[in-house]
Amino acid sequence: MSYLTDNQNKDYLLMGNEAIARGALEGAVSVASGYPGTPSSEIIEALSSVAKERNLYVEWSINEKVALEVAAAASFAGLRAMCVMKQNGVNVASDFLLHLASSGTRGGMILVACDDPGALSSVNEGESRTFARLVEIPLLEPGDFQEAKDITKWAFELSEEIRNLVMIRSVTRMSHASGNVRYGQLPDTHARANFRFDGPLSDPETGPVVSMIVGASELQHGPQQEKIKKAAEIFEDCPFNTYEGPEKPELLIITSSACNLYTREAISLLDVKDRVGILKLATTWPLPPKLMKRHLSCTDRILVVEEVLPILEENIKILAAEMAHEIGPKTFYGKNAGNIPSIGELNPDIVASALSSILDVRYETGSERFAEEAMLLVETMAPVRGLTMCPGCPHRASLWSIHNALEMDGRKGFVCGDIGCYVAGVFPGGFNTVKTLHSMGSGSGIASGFGKFKQFGMDQPVVAVCGDSTFFHAAMPALANAIHHKSPFTLMILDNRGAAMTGFQPHPGTPVNAMGEETPSLDIAEICRAMGAKVEIRDPFDLEETQQTIHHLIEHQEGTKVLILRQACALSPERKDKPKYKMEVDEEVCLGENCGCNRFCTRIFACPGLLWDEEKGVSKINDIICVGCGVCADICPAGAIKREEVV
Amino acid sequence: MPDNLLKDPYNIIITGVGGQGNVMASKLLGNMLVGRGYYVTIGETFGASQRGGSVMSHMRISGKSIWSPQIPEHKADVIIAIEPVEGIRVLARYGNLTVKLLCNSHPVYPSSVIRGEAYYPSPEEIETSVRNMAPDTTFIDATGEAVSLGNPILAGVVLLGTLCGTGALPLNRKDFHESIANRLENQQVELNMKAFDTGFRLLKN
Repeated sequence: MSYLTDNQNKDYLLMGNEAIARGALEGAVSVASGYPGTPSSEIIEALSSVAKERNLYVEWSINEKVALEVAAAASFAGLRAMCVMKQNGVNVASDFLLHLASSGTRGGMILVACDDPGALSSVNEGESRTFARLVEIPLLEPGDFQEAKDITKWAFELSEEIRNLVMIRSVTRMSHASGNVRYGQLPDTHARANFRFDGPLSDPETGPVVSMIVGASELQHGPQQEKIKKAAEIFEDCPFNTYEGPEKPELLIITSSACNLYTREAISLLDVKDRVGILKLATTWPLPPKLMKRHLSCTDRILVVEEVLPILEENIKILAAEMAHEIGPKTFYGKNAGNIPSIGELNPDIVASALSSILDVRYETGSERFAEEAMLLVETMAPVRGLTMCPGCPHRASLWSIHNALEMDGRKGFVCGDIGCYVAGVFPGGFNTVKTLHSMGSGSGIASGFGKFKQFGMDQPVVAVCGDSTFFHAAMPALANAIHHKSPFTLMILDNRGAAMTGFQPHPGTPVNAMGEETPSLDIAEICRAMGAKVEIRDPFDLEETQQTIHHLIEHQEGTKVLILRQACALSPERKDKPKYKMEVDEEVCLGENCGCNRFCTRIFACPGLLWDEEKGVSKINDIICVGCGVCADICPAGAIKREEVV
Repeated sequence: MPDNLLKDPYNIIITGVGGQGNVMASKLLGNMLVGRGYYVTIGETFGASQRGGSVMSHMRISGKSIWSPQIPEHKADVIIAIEPVEGIRVLARYGNLTVKLLCNSHPVYPSSVIRGEAYYPSPEEIETSVRNMAPDTTFIDATGEAVSLGNPILAGVVLLGTLCGTGALPLNRKDFHESIANRLENQQVELNMKAFDTGFRLLKN
């Protein structure tokens, strides 16, 4: 039995994501779906680990839009459902999201979006919160780990009360942070699914479930807005909105989410708890007007602390403007006034610095001498760790071959990339091969466009790369588009057998699903062939054959071609701790700097499993991290790197 | 809640390079402390770089409440560095003259160093400059010890043993055993206990 389904009366150390999963279990969730993405993935992983025990249906869907549709179906059938994704996923799901918010829901339904302020493990720090206002659904933001659990449970009840989807927004420092959580009871679940559709169209409980009827906004948009008004009324007494501080604070801080914890720490660092009050809001959209009026009336100065954009700040200002005749004029501090940055994640120091200038209190982080010496120490002694791929990563071998083939071709060919570990292809670690990088699958769509510009004199060979999970997620429509429009580019599918970057979650091409059951795996090569592409499959660890194949594919710019470069991720269960080769450098054969290869192995190929022995002036294998892929043996022009098969 | 902490909150940072078992070490330590009745908050920085990037776990231990998952600058009480240069990076931003630094002496070279574009300091240089900033520093060949036990990933556990050996935290061998017993297979438990004991003993010698 998992600790997630314990029922003991004690504290558990839970990751925010695990707390959300436990909250869903306490809230009698039946169906959970999502698409993997840091920092959200552990929620679905936690639920899938207890799926059998709790009679859940849990699914890693093909993409976020389908995930939301699967969860919505559960809600329409009267089940409680949760859908989970990272911030960029909400963009993918947003088309259906708008429709769903309009049709409304039946069984309690939650959309969990995990944002990544500071883009610690994302290509941007996009704000999912804006969607709550855009599609007019309530937004909840837990302010600590216990709340992450409790709010999730409560959100199901809220959803059923207003008959619409409720959004919970977490951030990296909540989802990937851990803290004490005390459990509530797990319910007995005997959920039964049944989709009712025999009633009139106007009956939200028994009629067909459809989004906006053309030209009749009063039928659905009107009731939808009533739902959001009802949510605001419920929020007036929400137990998760709390105030701490003096009755008439000199400064009122309004905050939410992880910023609640930074703000508390900042107040403690400056020792100003007698001067400052914290209104921690869990219900950040719509804001409950009476509650806000009570607190805004208590002081003239207000600081809003949030990540990343001033969304809460602006919504508060609208209320303050409407209530100005009752509450009087206010001075606002925050992002628009420049006290708090509008980019990156916050931390206690940033909040303390803002408070120190607003309250005119000195904030010292430590001795200046220590800080100065420390800065010097980092500059001279701590080389930066750039983004690169793991030792033995198949992407390094693939990008190496793509890079070499394009160089040899000599027509300034280039690669359009997208999101995956192969983003390292933009940097020296991936040989600066990737020249466009945007959203999931967009490399294929952009390449489909580039391929069509021959009539404007463009003759550069065009290559796109995508991962196996990304192929299913978003590259398939782009490939179909390219084939239909005869766009001559080559799509290289870097098939490393699972969504490796986020922890090997399954996708439609893998033989198991989220709950560990055997499922039919869709053959990527057959799909591409059926679409009409010429398809080749190679092992990227075979450098010579791979490079020859790429050379042939890009030589003639006719038709859309697909090359599947298939090799499991170095961290996959399939390869981890199972080296194929024992690698060794023959010091007698390695000519070092005299070779003329310019230290090809370490300076150019630069797999972290290789080292340069300064004393001996030869290459060396780092036995501790080398995973024995054997590729470097093929790149050494002197033949000094030897591989011996491990039996 | 117990209140025998040297300071409340007591702040520990575990740092290293992706793949060194950083996250596992902070989880094990956190579970031991929650088991002892403390409030523990851990903030992890990981994600984009599964292997080879800087990783850092901020840990707050308190008898009173949850704290921020990010420690304020220069407020660390203990830094456990599974990689020496990462230790320097964390020391510079979060350290102070009284911080206790437990540092693995085994380097993991950044790709810029392997390429020959950046300089990685020698063990002597690291030791001299780090001691100058943090006099209470102990260097341990945790990776060497872990390799001789059969797996370099155990370096983090060796360092946890050393931490418990310092007496900085109200934890003992039994707490560690309890923390791993229900998470790992028997054989793994034995190996981890060996690593813990090795680290514990290293400080005594």
